[in-house]
Amino acid sequence: MATVSVRHVWKEYGSAVVLENVRLEIADHEFVTIVGASGCGKTTFLKMLLGMEQPTRGQILIDGVPIRPEPDPDRGVVFQRYSSFPHLTVLENVMLGLELRSSKLTGKLFGAARREARAASMAMLESVGLAHAADRYPAQLSGGMQQRMSIAQAVIRKPKILLLDEPFGALDPGVTADMHELILRLWEENRMTIFMVSHDIQESFQLGTRLLTFDKLRVDPQSPEAYGASVTYDMPLTRRPTRPHPLPA
Amino acid sequence: MRRLINQHPGRAAGLALGVLPFVALLVLYVVASQLRLAENPDDKLLPALGKIASTFHSYAFEEDSRTGRVLFWADTWASLKRIGSALVISAMLGMVLALTIGVVPRARALLSPLLGTIAMIPPLAILPVLFIVLGLEETAKIALIVIGIAPCIARDLALRVGELPKEQIIKAQTLGASTWQLVVRVVLPQLWPRLIDSLRLSMGSAWLFLIAAEAIASTEGLGYRIFLVRRYLAMDVILPYVVWITLLAVLSDLGLRVLRARAFRWAEPER
Repeated sequence: MATVSVRHVWKEYGSAVVLENVRLEIADHEFVTIVGASGCGKTTFLKMLLGMEQPTRGQILIDGVPIRPEPDPDRGVVFQRYSSFPHLTVLENVMLGLELRSSKLTGKLFGAARREARAASMAMLESVGLAHAADRYPAQLSGGMQQRMSIAQAVIRKPKILLLDEPFGALDPGVTADMHELILRLWEENRMTIFMVSHDIQESFQLGTRLLTFDKLRVDPQSPEAYGASVTYDMPLTRRPTRPHPLPA
Repeated sequence: MRRLINQHPGRAAGLALGVLPFVALLVLYVVASQLRLAENPDDKLLPALGKIASTFHSYAFEEDSRTGRVLFWADTWASLKRIGSALVISAMLGMVLALTIGVVPRARALLSPLLGTIAMIPPLAILPVLFIVLGLEETAKIALIVIGIAPCIARDLALRVGELPKEQIIKAQTLGASTWQLVVRVVLPQLWPRLIDSLRLSMGSAWLFLIAAEAIASTEGLGYRIFLVRRYLAMDVILPYVVWITLLAVLSDLGLRVLRARAFRWAEPER
C-alpha cells in the first residue's frame, strides 16, 4: 500500500522558481510516468519524492504520513547511471540491501543468514535474467545488464515506491523493450507504486497508468526564472498494457 | 610513415628502451671514474666499481669491529622499521580522518580547515620541536614521517570520498544503510585501492623525512650511515647506500602496485 499526496509543493532556489504549486493525489499501485522538456523540474520533483531535496513550501505524504527528509528503504531508486557499487559483484550488489537490513554493525551476514540472503538474491537475479552473471563486477556488464542489476537491487528491499530517473535513457532500443517487460512484471508482482521520469513519450504512454507532463504555466520573457513549472497535463491511461508492444526493428 | 604518436615499441624493444638509460648512466660513471682515477689514484669522488664492491662486501658481510654488528643490514633493518611503522600509522590515521571528513558534513566543517593548515606546516621546520618534546629515540623520527605524510594522505583520500558518485550514496540510503553501514560497506572498501595509490605517492616524502631525521639524531639507519661517512668523503659507502635505498623504494612501490592489482581486481581498468 502506498498512496502519495503532493500538497501545494513549491521548490525555489533563491529567486529562481523551479516548481510551483504542484498538487497530486496518486493512488496505490499506480505507474506514474513523467515527461517534460529538460529543465522543467521533473528530476527535481523526483528528488523531492526521494528525500534528496526538500520542498521550499508544501508537503509530500506517503500513506498520509509526511515523508522523511532523507532517503529511506520505503523509496527505492534506479538512476540512469552510477547506482551500482563497483567494488561488489552483481550478487553482492543485490544482497547488500538484505545485509544492511539484518546486520546493523558490520552490514554483512554470515552462516545460515548469509545463505538465506544469497538464495533470495539469486532468485531475484534469476527473475531479472542475470543469474549467469552473478559473480561478475558491474564494470564488466553491458548497460542493459547494469540497469537490470540496479532494478533487482532496489526491488529486493520491497520498497513501497520505486523511483526511476530515466532508467532506460542510455540503452539501445532492442534492450529497452526487454526492460519494459521486466519493469512491468516486477511492478505487478511487488505491488509497488512507480514514478518514472522519461524523455521518451512513447515509452511513457506504453508503461504508465497515469501520465504527467511538467511545464511552465506562465512565462515572463523579461525574467524566465520568475515562474516555475507545474503539472500541465495529468492523464489517466485507461489502457493498462500488461506487455508493451514490441518496437519495430 | 605513421605519426610518432601511433608508433608503439614491441615488447622486447620497449624493455630495451627502458634499460638503455640505466646502462648509459653506468657507462658514463665508469668512464668518468677511470678518467679521474688516471689523473689522481687517491681520488675519492668517483671510486672504481671494484672499490665500491669491496667496501660494500665489508659492510654487508663482515661484522663491525666496534659494535659487532653487520652494519649494512643493521642500518637497513633500523630504517625499514621506522619507515614501515610510520607508513602504517599514516595510512590508518589518513583513512580514519578521510572517512570522517568525507562522510560527515559537520566533521568536515570542524576538521577540514585544521587539516589543510597542518598539511602546510613544513615538517622539517618542526623537527627540533619533535626532538625536544619526544626525545631523540624512535618516536620522534616516526612522528616526523607521520606528520609529513599523514595530512596529505588524509586530504587526498577525503577528496576521493567526495568523488564517489552522489547516486551511490543515495542508493545505499534507499537500501537502508545507516551512516556507519555506509562507511563500512560502501565508502571504506572503495577507498582501499585509493589508499595504496596515495601511499605510493607519499613514499618519496617518507624516505626524505626518514633520512632527514636519521641524519640529525640517530645511531644507526641508512640515512645516519650516509651522513656519518660523508665527513670522510666515503663515496664508496654513500653510493651503494643510495642505490640500495632507491632499490627498496622501487620494490615497495612495485609491491604496492601488485597488491592493488591482486586484491582489488574491480578497481583495475578493463583490459
